[in-house]
Amino acid sequence: MAFWDYANPTRFLRLVQVVLPWLIGLCIVAFAAGLYMAFFTAPQDYQQGNTVRIMYIHVPAAWLCMMCYTVMSISSIGTLVWKHPLADVSAKAAAPIGAAFTFMALVTGSLWGKPMWGTYWVWDARLTSVLVLLIMYLGLMTLWRTMDDPIKAGKAAAVLTLVGALNLPVIKFSVDWWNTLHQPASVVRMDGPTIHPDILWPLLVMALAFTLLFFVLHLMAMRNEILRRRVRALRMRAASVAQPGTAAATAQPAE
Amino acid sequence: MDFGPHAGFIFTSYGLCLFTILALIAWVRIDKAYQERALRELAEQGFSRTRPDDRNR
Repeated sequence: MAFWDYANPTRFLRLVQVVLPWLIGLCIVAFAAGLYMAFFTAPQDYQQGNTVRIMYIHVPAAWLCMMCYTVMSISSIGTLVWKHPLADVSAKAAAPIGAAFTFMALVTGSLWGKPMWGTYWVWDARLTSVLVLLIMYLGLMTLWRTMDDPIKAGKAAAVLTLVGALNLPVIKFSVDWWNTLHQPASVVRMDGPTIHPDILWPLLVMALAFTLLFFVLHLMAMRNEILRRRVRALRMRAASVAQPGTAAATAQPAE
Repeated sequence: MDFGPHAGFIFTSYGLCLFTILALIAWVRIDKAYQERALRELAEQGFSRTRPDDRNR
């Protein structure tokens, strides 16, 4: 079955019904393993002590907030270039999840920063660019809510999403381009990770758990968005029956 | 298990993450229930995707 076959929302919903239970199961197993490793097998860091355990949620949340925006950017291209029916559904469904992951990254980073740096917040390039990402997510969520027509809202949001995508390389390379208090990359590096495997493995397992959580929530939110559009289309049809010639002219197909 | 002098920061971090994740799960589940109820109510009024020509009712 080709990728384009899933442009049909009904077919997509059937796929979600099959895939979701497996993803949820894998996600629970990954979280159980990751949390066990984070709290019971991972040693203390020689400098950070036990606060290194905050990294097992901070780093995956930070990765996911960027991955989520990448998914939204790819979806936005799908909306603007190919007019894929599920592209703006995907982008809209991902925004609140991305905002939540960004919030988690900022808060856990702040709670790690106080004992390690002596402050909850500094206006360095990494922290500020991630805060900008959170504001982008909130702005996009607001934009979607300000327009009744999901097709028009999807196109406007797609343009804004792609403009905001310029922030992604700024976040990634901010620690290299500017002198920041935030430490440089220690996992995704050209010369390999600089973290000891005893700390790296729990981090990677937790990252897998967070990634699976993202896909679970994203698929569920996409399913809800498809249902919302069906409700909207049916309500417009109901309105057109009640008052012929009014709502039918503005109705947009749900799929 | 002793997490040292910074245990409060560690448990607050995990607690806030747990709360955020639970809020996300609640959001998708409540939203799904709301949309399904709306579809059910519309179907009871005779408007469903399986009956394309409601105008002729």
